[in-house]
Amino acid sequence: MGGRDTDLVLLDENGIRCDGRKIDEPRRIMIKAGVLKNADGSAYIEFGDNKILAGVFGPRDVHPKHIADTDTGILRCRYHMSPFSVTERKSPAPSRREIEISKVLKEALQPAVMLEQFPRTVVDVFLEVLQADGGSRCAALDAASVALADAGIPMRDMVSSIAAGKVADTIILDVNNEEDQAGQADMPVGYMPNLEKITLVQLDGILTQDEYKKCLETAIGGCKLVYEIQKKALTDKFFSNGESA
Amino acid sequence: MPNLGNTPLIDELKSNQIRDFLEQGKRIDGRAFDEPRSISIEIGVIPKAEGSARVRLGNTEVITGIKVQPDRPFPDLGDKGIFICTAEILPLAHPTAEPGPPQEDVIELARVVDRGIRESGMIDLSKLVLVKDKSVIGIFADNSVIDHDGNLFDACAYSSTAAILSTKIPKWEMQDDVPVKIEDQESDAPITTIPVSVTMGRIGKHIIVDPNMDEWLCLDARITITTNSDGNICALQKGGKDGFTLDQLTKCGETSTSVGAKIREIIKQTKETGQ
Repeated sequence: MGGRDTDLVLLDENGIRCDGRKIDEPRRIMIKAGVLKNADGSAYIEFGDNKILAGVFGPRDVHPKHIADTDTGILRCRYHMSPFSVTERKSPAPSRREIEISKVLKEALQPAVMLEQFPRTVVDVFLEVLQADGGSRCAALDAASVALADAGIPMRDMVSSIAAGKVADTIILDVNNEEDQAGQADMPVGYMPNLEKITLVQLDGILTQDEYKKCLETAIGGCKLVYEIQKKALTDKFFSNGESA
Repeated sequence: MPNLGNTPLIDELKSNQIRDFLEQGKRIDGRAFDEPRSISIEIGVIPKAEGSARVRLGNTEVITGIKVQPDRPFPDLGDKGIFICTAEILPLAHPTAEPGPPQEDVIELARVVDRGIRESGMIDLSKLVLVKDKSVIGIFADNSVIDHDGNLFDACAYSSTAAILSTKIPKWEMQDDVPVKIEDQESDAPITTIPVSVTMGRIGKHIIVDPNMDEWLCLDARITITTNSDGNICALQKGGKDGFTLDQLTKCGETSTSVGAKIREIIKQTKETGQ
């Protein structure tokens, strides 16, 4: 957003943001793996006020059959917001925004999933935003990666995601809803921490070349923090109390 | 890519040839890596529209019409006019294009073009208010792709931008709470900057500007970066089945500014000569 008029102080003289965070501090992130019984893999994430469920099915038979690929498995992704997830009720029908985000998230996950091992099949990733705050696509991507790993689908790397942005002429990590509405720029980034590859990047707002680079670096730093939380979610499920997978 | 029946395909031979050429530092159509295809822009092609343009980017061709009409503002933005951008790949544009509801790639196309123009602040929407919270002027940019040879993002963006630059805004006055058009009084659109998008594709380790259809079908990943007249970045969209390194993205950012500056001159000149 181009910076809307507001009385909200986005960054005070001590470098503290409207929700009390420092400029490089993410919101509280909690991820739990394996929360659904029927799904092959699942995860639940709380990322600030975002509450998102991810469920993964597959590799399984493709319907409709004609979209199957004989050379590789395919990935499908549905990002959906519950009608009650936002202040004003959202129509349950998929909006153009949700269709775009579904596509962008699919393309962010694709490089990580070894689909070529499962020709003629599909892996379905369903993301349900139960409560939305700023940065829901990043949080959904974080949960999706954990759910894919939970499903035991071979992966090259995790995809970790968080946004960087610009408020009050300062580059910050993890843009919340107020900062997205009133700030100067919002750049969601998805990153494979071991392969050092950026698989999701979008931007709303104006940045100079230097700010653009700083934003990317800030977001990558944040992704590495998220990666540790994702790993912990998986170890907690598979290796807690001496239980093994 | 799954073959959806409506997805263009490329021969493996041709795909290999494109890759081999890139290894030798060449592109299939002889362009330099950072060279867009030839761009030609006509404006005023649809006189009934308040603004219009027809853009050829190589063999990709787009017609954009701008309609301007009073509308209700968005509830949370009562002090701003409305800007909406859409895109459609007409069934006559390519053998694989079919009529019907827009697929996800067309929705993405429209949203990326919309975002580039919106986030640059090209149109000063605060100048398009008739009565705050009640009635504002809406600018609708509808893009029709009539020939598809790859990189619709840039073709639609240039066409929309040129069409908006050529737009005349009619005058409305409120009479009994209803906007009434005053004939023969129009003004230029309130323009603050000229956004230019540059779409780059990655094939292996090579980054190419403005991929044509054959190159497009070989892409590992792509990125569209829109810059404003100051050379600052105002919108980004990554797509494709693979990713980029930080280094590659930083370079793409610089390329978008340098290539974008040249294209901006072409768009500006159209405006001047076309009037």
